[in-house]
Amino acid sequence: MTTPLLEVDHVTKDYVRGGLFSRQNVRAVCDVSFQIDSEKPEIFTIIGESGSGKSTLASMILNLNQPSEGTVRFLGNNLSELRSQEDRTRFMAQVQPIFQNPFEAFNPLKQLDHYLFMTARRFTQAHDDETAMRCADAALVKVGLSLAEVRGRYAHELSGGQLQRIAVARALIPSPRLIVADEPVSMVDASLRMSIVNLFKTLRDDLGISIIYITHDLATAYYISDRIIIMQHGKVVEAGEAKTVLANPQHEYSKQLKNAVLIPLI
Amino acid sequence: MAALKVLRDLLKTNTEFSIGMALTVIVLVIAALSFCSPYPPMDMYVVPLDLPPGWPHLFGTTSRGQDLFWLLTYAIRNTLLFGLSVALMSRVLALVVGLFAGYKGGWIDRVLMSINDTFIVIPLLPILVLFYFVMRDNLTWGWLALIMAMLGWAYDARLIRSIAISLRNRDFTRTSIFSGMTTREILQREHFPYVLPIVFSTTLNNINWSIGLEVTLAVLGFTDINTPSIGGLIYWANQHTAMVAGVWWWIAFPVLLLVMVFIGLYLLAVSMNEYIDPRSRLNRMGGAA
Amino acid sequence: MRSKDLNSIKSDHQSDTVLSVQGLKAYYRTTHFGVNREVKAVDGVDFQVQRNEIYGLAGESSSGKTTLIKTIAAALKPPLEIIAGRVDFAFAPDILKMQSSDLDDLRWRHLSYIVQGSMSVFNPVRRIRQSFVDFAFRHINKSRPEFDKLLDAHLARVKLDPGILNAYPHELSGGMRQRATIALATICRPDFIIADEPTTALDVIVQKNVLDMIKEIQKEMRSSVLLVTHDLGVHAHVADRLGIMYAGRIVEEGPTQTLFRNPRHPYTTHLISSLPRIGDDTMRKGLEGAPPSLASPPNGCRFHPRCPLAMERCRHEVPAMTTIGTEHRVACFAITT
Repeated sequence: MTTPLLEVDHVTKDYVRGGLFSRQNVRAVCDVSFQIDSEKPEIFTIIGESGSGKSTLASMILNLNQPSEGTVRFLGNNLSELRSQEDRTRFMAQVQPIFQNPFEAFNPLKQLDHYLFMTARRFTQAHDDETAMRCADAALVKVGLSLAEVRGRYAHELSGGQLQRIAVARALIPSPRLIVADEPVSMVDASLRMSIVNLFKTLRDDLGISIIYITHDLATAYYISDRIIIMQHGKVVEAGEAKTVLANPQHEYSKQLKNAVLIPLI
Repeated sequence: MAALKVLRDLLKTNTEFSIGMALTVIVLVIAALSFCSPYPPMDMYVVPLDLPPGWPHLFGTTSRGQDLFWLLTYAIRNTLLFGLSVALMSRVLALVVGLFAGYKGGWIDRVLMSINDTFIVIPLLPILVLFYFVMRDNLTWGWLALIMAMLGWAYDARLIRSIAISLRNRDFTRTSIFSGMTTREILQREHFPYVLPIVFSTTLNNINWSIGLEVTLAVLGFTDINTPSIGGLIYWANQHTAMVAGVWWWIAFPVLLLVMVFIGLYLLAVSMNEYIDPRSRLNRMGGAA
Repeated sequence: MRSKDLNSIKSDHQSDTVLSVQGLKAYYRTTHFGVNREVKAVDGVDFQVQRNEIYGLAGESSSGKTTLIKTIAAALKPPLEIIAGRVDFAFAPDILKMQSSDLDDLRWRHLSYIVQGSMSVFNPVRRIRQSFVDFAFRHINKSRPEFDKLLDAHLARVKLDPGILNAYPHELSGGMRQRATIALATICRPDFIIADEPTTALDVIVQKNVLDMIKEIQKEMRSSVLLVTHDLGVHAHVADRLGIMYAGRIVEEGPTQTLFRNPRHPYTTHLISSLPRIGDDTMRKGLEGAPPSLASPPNGCRFHPRCPLAMERCRHEVPAMTTIGTEHRVACFAITT
C-alpha cells in the first residue's frame, strides 16, 4: 500500500474566544479523518455551509494553521514538523491554493504577471526572466489564456472568471500534486462559472492533479466530484461516492441540503 | 516623467495642494537663501540695534545687533533640517516595528507592542528637560534629534501595525506566500504601498511635532541657543524683553515663518494623502481596492 | 417549482401596472484628478411590473442591475445622472422628478427595500425593536402602544418569534436578521418592494426559508416585488416573470417557466443550459469572453463579441425588444428576423 497523498487523521481544531475573564472554547473542526490516494488523481469535495469548519480544515491542509489534535500528513510527512523555510517551500511546491474571491487573490496595486514570475522563479528551475516568462506562458495556455493577454494588466481590468483562471495558472506553475480550492466559483459570474469548473476536470484528467474542492453548491459538486464529505458544525455527517451520496443522501442534514437546491430537477 | 505629471495634476485640481506647496516653497527658498547670507550666523553686534523693518534690513534688526532677515534664513534652515531628521529616523523605526509586529503576530507582536506602549506613555517634555539638565552642553542638535526620534515613533507604529494586521488576513498575502515570497519581500513589496499614505502624512505631522517641541524647549532655554533656530530666536527676543521694548518684529517674523511651515506642511500632507491612498489611486485607474 | 401560471395572473382583476420604466438611461460621470470617465450602466431599459407579481431581474456583475434599482428607487446621487427616460409608479408618476420630501413620504409606505447584507440595515448598537421604531413609526399614524401591537401582529403573521425584537443585531444569525429585514420592509404593507440580492451570502438552507418567506408575504399582501439577483436558482423558485439584463440593457423577458424551458436569446440560452443539475451528467460549458466594461461597451448589440449567432448587422445596430410569444420578448436580430 503506497503512502497516501494526503492523510487527515482525527484532526480537531479549537479556537479560544474572549478575553481574560470570559473565555469560550469554539470547536471549529471535530475529529475529521479522510485520505486521498496518491496513485489515482481525484476530485474530493467538502460540502458545508458557514460554520461547518470547511475553511479551517482547508487552512490546516495548506499548513497555514496547526490542528489542536490529530495530524495532517502529506506524502507521509507530518505538516507540524515542517519548520524550516526549505521544508515549507518544498511543501508549497506540491500543494497550492485557489481562493474564493478572485478580486482579492491578487494585490490590486500590483500587476498580475508579477505573481506568475515570482512563482516561476521560486519553484522551478527558471533562473532568468526569459525562462520565467516561458514558464508563465505555458501555465496560462493550460488554462486557456496567454501571457500576451495578461502582461501588464491589473486585477480590476479583468473579469472574475479570467482572474480565477490566472490564479489556477499560477498554482500550476510549481507542478503541484494537490490543489486546495476554497469556494473557487462562488464569486464568479454564472456565464463564466462552468469554464472554471470544467478546468478542474481537465486538471485531474490531463495533468493528474488531485483537487480538494470546497463548496456549498451541490449542483457543481455533483458535476465534477469523485468522492464527497458533508460537514456540519465541524463534524463529518456523511461521506462516500459523490454521485451516490448526492442522488440519495442518508443523513438528515444532507437531505435538508438537497431539498434546499433551487434549480429544478428536470 | 511620471512625477512631474503627478505634480501638475495635483496643482491643477487641488487648491489645498497648491496653497500648501506655495507656502512650503516660500519657506524653503528663504532657508536656501541662508547660503548667501552676508552675515555669519553666530556674529553679533554687526549692525545697528533695534532698527524696524525697512531697507537694507528687510525684517529689521535685533537687540543683539543682528540682521533679522538673514538670521531667520539660518534659523528656519536649522529648524527644518532638525524636524526632517527626527521625522525620518522615527519613520524608519515606526515602519519596521509596525509592519513586523502586525505581520508576525503572536508573541513577537506582544513583546514589540509592550515596548511600544511604554514609549507612548513617556511624558515628553519632562524627559527632554531631564536630558538637558543631565547633558547640558553635550546636548547637541544631533543628540536632541536622536532622542526625539526615539520618543516619536511609538504612536505611529501602532497605526502601521493595525494596517499590517488587516493586510495579513487578505487573500493576496496568502497568494504571495504560496508564490514563494519571503516575509521581508511581502512586507516591502505587497504591504508597503498600503502603508505609504499613513507614513507620509505622519512624516509631515511628525515634522510639525518635532519643530513644535524644539521651539518649546528653545524658548525655555533648554537647547543649544547659540546655533540659530526659530525657538532660539524667540528665546533671545524674550531675554531682551522685545515685546516690552517695542521690538515687535523680532518675535513677529519668526512666528510668521513658523506658522507658514506648519500650515504649508499640513496642507501638503492632507492633499497628498488623498492622492497616494490606494483606494483613490485605484479609482483613478478604474478599479476597486 | 412555481405553480403560479399565466392564467392565475390574468384572472386577478388587479392586473394593472404598478411600475413602468421607459427608455431609461443612467450614466456615471466622474472626473478624478483630471481623468473623465462615463460608465453607461443603464442604457435604454423598458419594462413593466404588474400588481401582485414577483418580477425577477437577472444579471451578472457589471450588467447594470444595481444602478437600475437605484434609479428606479430615485436614490440618485452624483456621479450617477439620469440621461433619458422615465419611471412611473402607480402611486407616484414620474418619480425621477419628485422632490425629496415627497419621496420620503413614499418610502416605506408605498415603496420599500430589502437589501443584501442585512447587518447594514440595523443599527448595531440599538435593539431590533428600536430599529423598527426608527424606520417605520413615523409612516404609521398611530400612537406608540398601537404601533407595538401592530409590530407584534406583523411578526406573528410572518412567523417570526417576537422575542427577536429585544435582541441586538449581532445576537441573531444571518438568516434571522434577513427575515427581520423583510419584516421591517413590509410592516407598512407597501405596494412595491425592491429586493436586492436578498439571499446572497446566506447559507443554502437558510436561503430557501428566506425566499419562502418573501413568497408568502407577497401573496398575502398582494404587493409587487422587483427581485434582483444574479442567482437563476432564486428566480426559478420565486419569480413569476423574469427579465435578463446584459451590459445595461434587458435582452429577454418572459414568464419564468417559459424562459427556463424555452430560452431564445443566445445569452439566456447559454445561462440556462450551463446550470448543472443533480442527477444530470451532461457536459456543461462556460461562455467565451467576459461581460463588457460599461465604460467602453461594444457598438451595436453588446453581446455580439461573445454570441455564437452574431451577424454583421449585430455589430452596428442595437436590436429592439420584440414580442415573440405570450408575454415573451427578445432583443436579438438572429432570433426575430
